[in-house]
Amino acid sequence: MHLHKYEKWWLAFGTSILVVFLVVVGVTAVHGSTHPNQSKWTINYEEVDTIAPFDNPGVHKVEGKDWDYEVVLVASAFNYNPMEIEVPVGSKVKFIATTKDVIHGFQVAGTNINMMLEPGYVSQYVATVDKVGEYTIVCNEYCGIGHAMMYSTLKVVE
Amino acid sequence: MTTAIKETKVSQSINSKVVSKSKTITKVDRKDAKLALAHMYVAFIALFIGGLCGLLQVLVRSGKFELPWGIGYYQVLTVHGVLLGLVLTTYFAMGFHTAAVSRTCGAYTDGQRKLGWIGFWIMTIGTTAAAIMVLLNEASVLFTFYAPLQAHWIFYAGIALVVVGSWILALMQGLRFAQWKKENKGQVTPLLSFMVMINNLMWTVATIGAAAVVLFQLIPWSIGWVERIDILLSRTLFWYFGHALVYFWLLPAYMVWYIAIPKIIGGKIFSDALARLAFILFLLLSIPVGIHHQLTEPGIDAFWKFLQVVLTMFVVVPSLMTAFSLFATFELRGRELGAKGIFGWFKNLPWNDSRFLLPFIGMVAFIPGGAGGIVNASYQMNQLIHNTIWVTGHFHLTAATTVVLTYFGAAFWLIPHLTGRKLTQRINHMAITGGILWSIGMVIMSGAMHIAGLFGAPRRSDYSTYGGSEQAVEWISYQVAQAVGGTILFVAILVIIGVVINLLWYAPKGDEEFPVAEVAEGAAKTPMILENFKVWGVILVALIIIAYTVPIIDIISNSPLGSVGYPHLIGR
Repeated sequence: MHLHKYEKWWLAFGTSILVVFLVVVGVTAVHGSTHPNQSKWTINYEEVDTIAPFDNPGVHKVEGKDWDYEVVLVASAFNYNPMEIEVPVGSKVKFIATTKDVIHGFQVAGTNINMMLEPGYVSQYVATVDKVGEYTIVCNEYCGIGHAMMYSTLKVVE
Repeated sequence: MTTAIKETKVSQSINSKVVSKSKTITKVDRKDAKLALAHMYVAFIALFIGGLCGLLQVLVRSGKFELPWGIGYYQVLTVHGVLLGLVLTTYFAMGFHTAAVSRTCGAYTDGQRKLGWIGFWIMTIGTTAAAIMVLLNEASVLFTFYAPLQAHWIFYAGIALVVVGSWILALMQGLRFAQWKKENKGQVTPLLSFMVMINNLMWTVATIGAAAVVLFQLIPWSIGWVERIDILLSRTLFWYFGHALVYFWLLPAYMVWYIAIPKIIGGKIFSDALARLAFILFLLLSIPVGIHHQLTEPGIDAFWKFLQVVLTMFVVVPSLMTAFSLFATFELRGRELGAKGIFGWFKNLPWNDSRFLLPFIGMVAFIPGGAGGIVNASYQMNQLIHNTIWVTGHFHLTAATTVVLTYFGAAFWLIPHLTGRKLTQRINHMAITGGILWSIGMVIMSGAMHIAGLFGAPRRSDYSTYGGSEQAVEWISYQVAQAVGGTILFVAILVIIGVVINLLWYAPKGDEEFPVAEVAEGAAKTPMILENFKVWGVILVALIIIAYTVPIIDIISNSPLGSVGYPHLIGR
């Protein structure tokens, strides 16, 4: 099949940019460990309150791990437990969250801490909180009539 | 043997070039026109009601307006999404396909047409059933109907009927295409009909996922035959279908760009072979990519997510091919009209013709729309915008501008062609006004959505101050802008509906052309491999198996306790 000379250039140029772009995305994901949530940890969603660590939601300082704090959070229609989270600026935090009923979202608004919470699965994401401020944690997956009332607050303090 | 075929033979003996065939059939058969028109009625009723719901949403989200009579925000949102995302698009696509095959392959047989009507009525019964459940507030689950929020089983059954009806319509078109091939052995098939076949093949393979989730998971579970369902499996099957769904809306717009627009501007199709190749690439890259909608979900490995990201991104290639072909057509035509300089041809395009202008605006909107899509599918970058209103802004550029404005531009010749009327100068101006209003409204609304999304404002959410958070205050200022844009868009819808009503019942009688361009002289011959559906079907299935086998085995073997239904959370 015949391709016009300019079309060959155009496609070669576009495809090369695409390949470079994909390599950058892939390499930074693998190297910088910036993979989105891919947790395979499953849980009986009806018994969440009795299963560690969700029997004790909140902020926990940890030692000897790759991160400094673990934030354990339970979502249910239409609230988060805890309602407020406080971590010091610059710390590396592992967010560990699950749902007791339907699918909920978990996004620290304006950041890339964003994951789906699905019944039966524990979602996890590690991030360094490097900017002081008060961030709204919003449920960004429709979960029923009270969906927009569902929020929590992440305080990053000095 | 019908007369159409005799004429074909005669013209072939005079001129052996395959392109000459399109000259013999220039009109959609009257009886086929009725079937195509039936789809247009439903599509534009859906536009009006769905658009009205969109207006209510932006007003509610501005914080200055509350819905009366106990109507729920999410009920309105469900109507908006189902009518505009599923009904308008599927009906327009199927109506357009029906007319396109009749125009380029010839009239359907009575048996084929009867099949088409059965398909239409099954789709319409399904739509009505689903609509009644939504109106009764038994199905405020939005158009993605994610379990374990649980709608009434009739809602899911309605969706299943829409899918089954569309299969029967695709079968009708496929039978007519096969008949053409039999009667014209060894000939290159009409390009427009070939494109319809590609879109139907993609749709059929993709809707198997939707049918599986609805028939085997949601219906038994919502009736109560089974207590629990696998949530992640249901979402994965949904998105196996869901991304191909958006290409299914897009490809009829591409058909208009490739086939009708060159004729409207007086030009030729740049290359038959490249147009076919672009469509085949769309087919191959439409289905094994659905997991890019699930990048932030648990239970799916990074490797498979990334693999599907790569497959998703390669849709850039047919997109670049299309952009090249279209602008080559524009430039060649402009120069034919005597344009000078590098960009002089731009002035010679028919800017005052709504059949050209609206689709052209659609093409322009596809540049930021496509760029935003690359952001969405970019693996870790997705985390910044996933489920924020950025995504809503994105598909209001792609679906609600690129696709819909092209549909409108096509409707301005298709509807009068089918009704035996003419698009007059006055109505053409009204149509242009509608298109311009649409563009202004969309720049404001979609722009505000994109920006607010970057700040983290969630999509699919009722008005909320989130406990007086400072971030929410900022989002609300953009929601006011969205309300302004949305209101202008609703005015545009009223203007477009006015044009459609005129073309259906009031425009003067006459012959409006169904524009089908010829291939440019000197374009390369079409290799027969491009016509071989078996080859492409096998590659498609192979890609699907590669992309989905391991993730689905993982999901099933690693599955937690299934979910019971939560009907009460949606107010049932």
